[in-house]
Amino acid sequence: MSSPAPTFPDTAPGAVGSEVSGDDDVVAIPLRHPWRWVVAALLVLALAGLVASLWTNPNIEHSTIATYLFNPKIINGVGLSLLVTVVAMLISTVLGVLLAVMRLSKNPVMNAFAWLYVWVFRGTPLLIQIVFWGYLGLLYSQISLGVPFTDFTVFSVDTNTLVPAFVAGLLALTLNQAAYSAEIIRSGMLSVDPGQHEAAASLGMSPSYTLFKVVLPQAMRVIIPPMGNETISMLKQTSLLSVIAVLELYTVATQISSQNLRQVELLLVVSAWYLFLTSVLSVPQYYLERHYGRGTAAQAPSLLERIIQSRIIQRRKR
Amino acid sequence: MTETLVRARNVRKSYGHVEVLKGVSLTVKPGEVMCLLGPSGSGKSTFLRCINHLERIDGGRIEVGGDLVGYARRHGKIFEMNPREVSRQRRGIGMVFQRFNLFPHMTALENIMAAPVGVKKVERAAAKARAYELLERVGLSHVAGHYPAQLSGGQQQRVAIARALAMDPELLLFDEPTSALDPELVGDVLDVMRQLAADGMTMIVVTHEIGFARSVADTVVFMDGGVVVEAGSPAEVLDNPQNPRTVAFLNSVM
Repeated sequence: MSSPAPTFPDTAPGAVGSEVSGDDDVVAIPLRHPWRWVVAALLVLALAGLVASLWTNPNIEHSTIATYLFNPKIINGVGLSLLVTVVAMLISTVLGVLLAVMRLSKNPVMNAFAWLYVWVFRGTPLLIQIVFWGYLGLLYSQISLGVPFTDFTVFSVDTNTLVPAFVAGLLALTLNQAAYSAEIIRSGMLSVDPGQHEAAASLGMSPSYTLFKVVLPQAMRVIIPPMGNETISMLKQTSLLSVIAVLELYTVATQISSQNLRQVELLLVVSAWYLFLTSVLSVPQYYLERHYGRGTAAQAPSLLERIIQSRIIQRRKR
Repeated sequence: MTETLVRARNVRKSYGHVEVLKGVSLTVKPGEVMCLLGPSGSGKSTFLRCINHLERIDGGRIEVGGDLVGYARRHGKIFEMNPREVSRQRRGIGMVFQRFNLFPHMTALENIMAAPVGVKKVERAAAKARAYELLERVGLSHVAGHYPAQLSGGQQQRVAIARALAMDPELLLFDEPTSALDPELVGDVLDVMRQLAADGMTMIVVTHEIGFARSVADTVVFMDGGVVVEAGSPAEVLDNPQNPRTVAFLNSVM
């Protein structure tokens, strides 16, 4: 693929260049890049070798991959992983906004609480937090609502009934993510020009109205790219829930492979699914970025528009 | 209706150990246009920001329309206002900033509608009609759907003035409204301000535009070092200054 020759209109006479054509346009021979072709060829060769070695490897049963790729158990696992990702991201984002606002507030009590929260949940490993919530029943066998230090209780339930493995896993991921999201959202809010707060204040807008209508919509532009990153991380982190036996994708796969002893095949199945899901998750990010980028720069064309445009350019090249 | 709209008495303000305002006193009558002049660092912008409580004063008092700014009198005592009360008070005091501070994620029209709809709970259709009217007044109805980034500085500042007017303020504060503009765009903004003055709007304008002060202001106040050095009609202060500091300043800018 070679790019078309660039033209430089209105080049001053005597300027550096090759032959000057009749209509004053410099027609230059484009810079060649022979090494790109060499490196590309080498990479393709290496990749082909790897695929061939996997394909011909007697230790991999390809029919097993095909069988389990759309196995109902696997599909259920995919569904659960996706569900946990979406729910945990939604709730943690709300908590993150709350924590970020507290962290930025002048109220020393709120400020200290938010700092403490982030310190604890960001400072301990996620895996340990997951196990902790999974074993909550060992710490508190009953969960009660009442007045502390008295015998008065409104209700009391068995911990394992109120917090089954699924809820424990969801809780662990949500609370952990909230700490990270809070820092991302806080940095986004700090990126908004202080003049915006003053303008909103001078118009008589209340602090909360200013937050939701003026500050957050502008902060979103800065918040969304890292939050897209976090969402993809979250999807992959759901596999950690296997330690408390939540039936998500990876748990299901290990259960199957412990019976048929086809570990590698099922790992490939799982990897394929994670790759597919992370690819799909980057689509909403694109549209969110477009939405919150309005008014800042020239409007980026939509995905569809871009594809059509590139087709037109390609056709012109021929 | 009180005789005076704004009454500042002995206003003091410090940042750390630096005293920026050292007892500023002045009064503004309804319909009056007052221009604050002075070298940078004289405290004129800080004083302007105290009038709508963007800055908290450390001493003295400011009253707008007979009410203390930022404080409430109850049972013979003075209480600090909570944020909601401060917001309510600011609705009657519009402000135009040096850097425009339009909301970049909203179109010109949405910028003007935001506060009436969100704060005063005006119906959207009515607010929209009013916003078009105001855009017309500042000569910008053709850019209603444009985002601030698509407007020139002069256009942005005129939208900002329309945005402040949308809340029907009884007082408009201008903080160096033309200082961030290209010279050829200053005239459009000053024309809009001149028209507002002619319509009877009460305005306090921090500016370096001596020509504007001479032709539009009822009162010119010269500040330096955190105090009012000289105040009076444009003829008195600009053409016949008494204080040597005023003379030196005017010589340097004219």
